[in-house]
Amino acid sequence: MKPFDYRRAVAPESAIADVAGNPEAAYLAGGTNLVDHMKLGIAEPRLLVDITSLPLDEVAETQDGGVSIGANVRNSDLAAHPLIRSRYPVLSQALLSGASGQLRNLATTGGNLLQRTRCVYFQDVTTPCNKRAPGSGCSALEGYSRYHAILGASDDCIAVHPSDIAVALAALDATVVVQGPSGERSMALTDLHRLPDSRPDLDTVLEHGDLITAVRLPGLPWAERSAYRKVRDRASYAFALVSVAGAVELEDDGGAPGEVPVIRQVRIALGGVAHKPWRATLAEETLRGVQATHENFRAAADAELERAAPVGDNAFKVPMVRNTMISVLHELTREYS
Amino acid sequence: MEAEIILHVDGSRRALTIDTRTTLLDALRDRLGVYSPKKGCDHGQCGACTVLLNGRRVNSCLVFAVAQDGAEVVTAAGLAEGGNLHPVQQAFLDQDAFQCGYCTPGQVCSAVGMLAEADAAQPSYVTEGFRPEDSPAAADLDDEEIRERMSGNLCRCGAYVNIVAAVRQAAAGGSGA
Repeated sequence: MKPFDYRRAVAPESAIADVAGNPEAAYLAGGTNLVDHMKLGIAEPRLLVDITSLPLDEVAETQDGGVSIGANVRNSDLAAHPLIRSRYPVLSQALLSGASGQLRNLATTGGNLLQRTRCVYFQDVTTPCNKRAPGSGCSALEGYSRYHAILGASDDCIAVHPSDIAVALAALDATVVVQGPSGERSMALTDLHRLPDSRPDLDTVLEHGDLITAVRLPGLPWAERSAYRKVRDRASYAFALVSVAGAVELEDDGGAPGEVPVIRQVRIALGGVAHKPWRATLAEETLRGVQATHENFRAAADAELERAAPVGDNAFKVPMVRNTMISVLHELTREYS
Repeated sequence: MEAEIILHVDGSRRALTIDTRTTLLDALRDRLGVYSPKKGCDHGQCGACTVLLNGRRVNSCLVFAVAQDGAEVVTAAGLAEGGNLHPVQQAFLDQDAFQCGYCTPGQVCSAVGMLAEADAAQPSYVTEGFRPEDSPAAADLDDEEIRERMSGNLCRCGAYVNIVAAVRQAAAGGSGA
């Protein structure tokens, strides 16, 4: 590991100035990804600006009935927070499906969004990887691609984003508050992460020095009916093969007794399938205004997966996403369909 | 680059000068001679390095010591009080919850932290229901909950069955079922 200076930030403004003014500086929060990457030689910052003392650790209701989450809120605290558990169960489940108890005690909300891919070639500095070393090639394309993308990949990169939380946040229409050298701005969570295109080295649209300070959830009363389902190689403590975050609101008139209700609103996002959390807009369009039946669930999944382009080892993900999405939709409409 | 820090380790105040690259795990083992936390994978994947940092279980291999100036660290070696083993330690002995023992200090610290989390109404991925009262207290954790909440600690000997029994015994506060 390269030697580095360490500085404890006392205010966001000075922390941002310290990092923005030094191309070899990085923020340190929970460290669960960065410290590992420094050991592996993937990241070589010469200055770490520790932001864990900044007052970004509040979970608070907002005036529009939503919730604001400080970037330093630990994953374990957020998962257990009564506001999150009762109003956004999909987010609590996604948090609890990730990593282990020890890691969730360290990992932060902002850091989770900025964690990097678990592609084995990205993590192995002896192999070509366009994300780690631009222009060196993609080892996964003709290599071990079981964990890789089926949607939105490019000829340069087929890595997937590993976050569970980001998938739930994508479904919930969360926004990310970013403070940078020139002030504060906010963006939809779904606009934070990029598809790889020809620049897989860029995970997000953030500039060097930008600091995520908060994540905001809109008021969404019907998200009480939401769920996160994660499919993985072992029952716990593993990254997703695929995952589905869903929320459903049914028409409340319900039609005639015994009739299958109609879906008024629906949110679906997919994990483990793309370079970013994948909002399943085509599936949502298919489901809006139709009855909550198995056939309609399947048609929605098929609509989303029509563009799927597996690369070999990961063809199993297509039916796995389809079946998981159908299963989550059944779970969310169980007492009706 | 070097830094001076103070750590409170198992009740003792320890001052040391460290290279900023030193993890908390390496500071404990190589600089302070506190050998109970173990280096397994050194990448946060096995849990052998688990300690209680300011009261919460963490992987000490993923924490830079320089960022923990003033912190309170409890390792498995610091859990006993007045010559009596901690109930989790006693339960691991009673239930024969190890073979080689390498993962055991991490398992023990993880269990201590995990039981406190349960008593603080923290849910797990397998918890049913979304109200604080839906989270089982430590004494009410079933085996599925124990396995899920302890999944960050690997045991290459495969002593999991007895580890679950030991955690169950400690959680119940008695001799176990």
